Parts: sequence; structure tokens; C-alpha cells
Amino acid sequence: MEQLIEILKELHPDVDYENCTTLITDKILDSFDMITIIAEVHNRFDVVIPADELGPENFNSARALYALITRLEDE
Amino acid sequence: MLFTSFEFVAFLACVLVLYYLIPVRFQWILLLVANVFFYACSGLYGLLFMGVTIVTSYAAARIMSAVQYHMDDTVKAHKEVWSKQERKAYKQQIKRKKRMIFIGCLLVNLGILAVLKYTNFAIANVNGIAALFTGRHSIARVNLVLPLGISFYTFQTMGYVIDVYRGKAEAEKNIFKMALFTSFFPQLIQGPISRFGELSQTLYAPHRFDFRTVWFGLERVLWGYFKKLVIADRIVVAVNAIVGQPDIYSGFYVFCGMLFYAAELYADFTGGIDITIGIAQMFGIQLAENFERPYFSKNIAEYWRRWHITMGTWFKDYLFYPLSASMPVLSMSTFCRRHFGAAAGRRIPVYFVTLVVWFATGIWHGASWNFIVWGLLNAVVILLSQECRPLYEKFHAHFPGIQKKYAYRIFQVVRTVLLMSSLRMLDCYRNVGLTFKMFGTMFTDWNMTAAMKGLLQLGLTAADYAVVAVAVVLVLCVSLKQRRGSIRERLYERTAAVQYLVVFALLFAILIFGAYGIGYDANQFIYNQF
Repeated sequence: MEQLIEILKELHPDVDYENCTTLITDKILDSFDMITIIAEVHNRFDVVIPADELGPENFNSARALYALITRLEDE
Repeated sequence: MLFTSFEFVAFLACVLVLYYLIPVRFQWILLLVANVFFYACSGLYGLLFMGVTIVTSYAAARIMSAVQYHMDDTVKAHKEVWSKQERKAYKQQIKRKKRMIFIGCLLVNLGILAVLKYTNFAIANVNGIAALFTGRHSIARVNLVLPLGISFYTFQTMGYVIDVYRGKAEAEKNIFKMALFTSFFPQLIQGPISRFGELSQTLYAPHRFDFRTVWFGLERVLWGYFKKLVIADRIVVAVNAIVGQPDIYSGFYVFCGMLFYAAELYADFTGGIDITIGIAQMFGIQLAENFERPYFSKNIAEYWRRWHITMGTWFKDYLFYPLSASMPVLSMSTFCRRHFGAAAGRRIPVYFVTLVVWFATGIWHGASWNFIVWGLLNAVVILLSQECRPLYEKFHAHFPGIQKKYAYRIFQVVRTVLLMSSLRMLDCYRNVGLTFKMFGTMFTDWNMTAAMKGLLQLGLTAADYAVVAVAVVLVLCVSLKQRRGSIRERLYERTAAVQYLVVFALLFAILIFGAYGIGYDANQFIYNQF
């Protein structure tokens, strides 16, 4: 989880990723950020996030994103 | 069979009466027969290509689904036996199989679309390049007829195949139901591009006659005909006169032509979609909305979220996201960040993906450089406006509260309309160079007084302009009212007399002010040709 927060903090240092659950709905993360996140998750976790998982349900919070990474690692 | 033809109205009436007379379990079969009849009216040739799309998509979806089930069962059976690595390796192997079937299906169907739609465009470009070096054209054009609605039904069906491939939709077991999904006649020629998960349930379900549903559908159909016949098919005469004779009509005429075309396109496309959704509603079938008052948008990105919504979401879900998450783009992102810094690393992949998506959107609209340039210009404007966000934020911080001012809101709407209308000029003129030239004359050749008189020589009388103006104001008022919820719902709460009065007024307005009839060449919908 710390590694993921690190990736996210590099994009927007001021956001409280521990508690924020509206990263997409409040437009905190945009399409520019999404591609950077997917690329960094691939580099650091060796996980490819597929296109059909790029919805707010997985990107609205750091916790949801981490759950997705864990699930994809397990598959 | 055009929606605006008397044959279509008669056909629709017959199908509708039969639909509610036969046992409900046969309704979907009747719709399928109606689809075949409707499509065959435009020539049997098109049925062949649609048949290929239905059969290949059905087969691909069924095989992918079977492979998936087999994989799930095998993984479950070996849960205790296999290690994590063995399970992953097996899943990868099965995924590769599924991907091959999926790509095969995609290639066949997009290949058909590409060959039929873009062969002559490719030949023209090759000839153009050859002419630069040899001075003559070397390849003859081929005579290919584009089957009706092929761009729409191919995209809709490929969306279904992608959903099955991703495991987001179940493969349809009945090929005839699959055929109905592909060919549903109201939406066949100009969308909306429906998702299988949303449309299939309502399409195959039995529907008992419900007066309210049919009445609401009829109201929407009439409203669509009003927009199409009273506004679009009347103002098109002036648009054609202006864009057809660029040597004569420049400057202020071009400005008028640009606004006239904006009104025509809006009335034509939203009118067509109103007819489509209204007809489906009369059958008890709910189609996805394709517009949400797009000309009220504050910026171009918002406009594209509210105009041709189903096409926009199709490109987002099936091209923008897969491309964004593809290995080449991820590698590009990493490379750019390492070599050019974080800021460039964030931007370059998104610029690339956005340009590719808008290139595809442009060429989907038509096989010409006009549409490609139009698509790319949309991308440029969207990216520029995204880049300018810090500037806007500074401006708004400097003038707090300005966003809530009505005048500022109007300024934003006018800006969007003018921007989109000027980009749409590329639909009208015969090539890109001419479009830019005519756009330029709006700033150099502004003889408004002479042009105002000349507007009456474009094939429309003062009465025609008055009818269009009143109709546009009416559409605007209805759009403003719609922001507070469904007008039909509110109308339904009024007395029956008021409801009938409104519907008959609409009907008479179409009959009296509509541009149609014997000797009048009712125009095809603009989006039919895409």
C-alpha cells in the first residue's frame, strides 16, 4: 500500500489518499494521471491493469486501487 | 425506406398493430421479420454483409464463452493440485486462445467495414501521391456500395463481442436473438449505438400494450419529425446554396451558412434520434439517450459528453481505455518520464492516445480528409483547453463568482456553439483547403448589408426563414424546460384535452410547415451516410 501511495503522491502531493474516496468523481485524477498510474503500477508491481478495470469503482480511492492490484496479482 | 417517407409510416403502423395483437412471446420474432423487411427494402446486397457480421459475432462469442467456462471448471477442478504459477500459466494459455478468436472476429468485421468504406479513399490518396511523381492517376476507383447503417451495426456488434471477450456480457445462445440485437430497425441507420447488456433485456422481453408508453413514444416521434422536417429539411436549402457556390458566397454568407448548418445538423440528428427512441418506446423498448442538450455545454469536452453520447462512450470504453492501458503506451509513458521529465511524461501518452481516438472518430464519420482533420482539430481543442486549465483557474480566482453569473454562462454557451459550428464547416465544403479559405473570408470579406439582402436569393423566402426561426426558438424553449425534468411527464399530468391539443398542434405544425410532399425531395438524415 505504501508503494501505491508513493506513486499517487508523486502526482498530487496534497491529496489525502488514505481517506479520499472520490478521486475520479471529484476529478482529482484525470486521464493524464490514469496512464501514469497504470504505467507505474506495471513497473513497480508487475501487474497490467486491463482496460475494463479503468472505472471509478477501482480508481476512486487508493484502497480500491490496491484491492484491484492484489486481485490481479492473484489471478 | 426513409423515416420521413410515407412508406415508412405505413410500415411502422402495420408492425406496431401486429406487435400488440400477437402473443407476447412472438413479439421479438415479429421485430426480427420487420428488421429483415426494412433492411431488404434498401437492397438484398446489404443483408449479406449483415449476415456475415451476425454469424461471425455469434460464433466468436459462443466459442469464447465456452472456452471461458471450460477454463473456470478446469481451474476449479485443479484448485488443490496446481501451484499459483501453474494456474497463471494455464490462464494465460486460455487467454491467448480467446484473444485469437476475438481478434479474428474483429478483423473480419472491421475488415468488411474498412474495405467497403475506405477502399476508394485509399485509392484516391495513392493516386494523388502517384500523380505528384508521374503526373497521372494509375488506379481506377472501384464500385462499392456501402450497406445501410454498416458503421453503426458493426460498432454495436463489436461492442458486444468485446464485452463477451472481457467477460462483461454473456454470449447470446439464440442466433436469431443475436440477429435482432444487430438489426433492430429504428436504430439501424443512425444509432444510438447500444450495449448488449442494456438493450438485450428490453429487446427480447414481452411487452403488453400500455397506453402511456405508446403515447409518450408517439409524442417523441412527432417532436423528432418536427425538428427534422420543419427545421433541418428547410434550412438545408440555404446551406447547400452557400456551400455549393463558394465563389459567390463568402464572408457574411459563410458565417450564416455555418450557423444554418449547426441548426440543420442539430435538428437532423437529434430529430432522427428522437424518432428512433420514440419508435422503440412505442414497442415498449428503452434505448440509450444519445444527447443531453449539447449546445448548452460550457466547453468542448463537455459538449462531447453530451453530443452523440453512445458513440463517445463507445470510443472511450473500446478504444481510449484499451489504448491507454496497452503496453506500447505504458512503455511510452515510462520512457517519456525518464527522459523528458514528469510533466512531459504525463502529457505525451495522453496526447498520443487522444489524437489516435479522434483520428478514428473522424474517419468513422466518413472516408475523407475533411473528417480526419475535423477529428484531429477536436482533439487539439480538447487538449488545449485541458492545458489552459491553470489559466482558467487563475482567472476564476481573480474574478470569484463570475462562473455563477448568467451572462458568463451565456458567453460559455455561445463560445461552444461557435467553436463547434466552425469545426463542423469541414462537413460542408468539398475539401480541407477550401474550408479553411472560406473560414478565413469570415474575417476579411464582411459585407453584411449586401449579404442580408442576398439571403433571400438562396432558395428560401422570408416566410421560410421566419418558420425556421420560430421553430428554433421553440426547440430552445423546450430544451430550457427539459432541464427541470421530462416535459412529457408534466404534460401527462394535465387534462386529456390539453394533451390532445399539444399533440395535434405538433402534428399540424409538421403537416403545414414541414418540408416534404409530392415533388419535394425529402432529405436523407445526415448521419445515414456515416
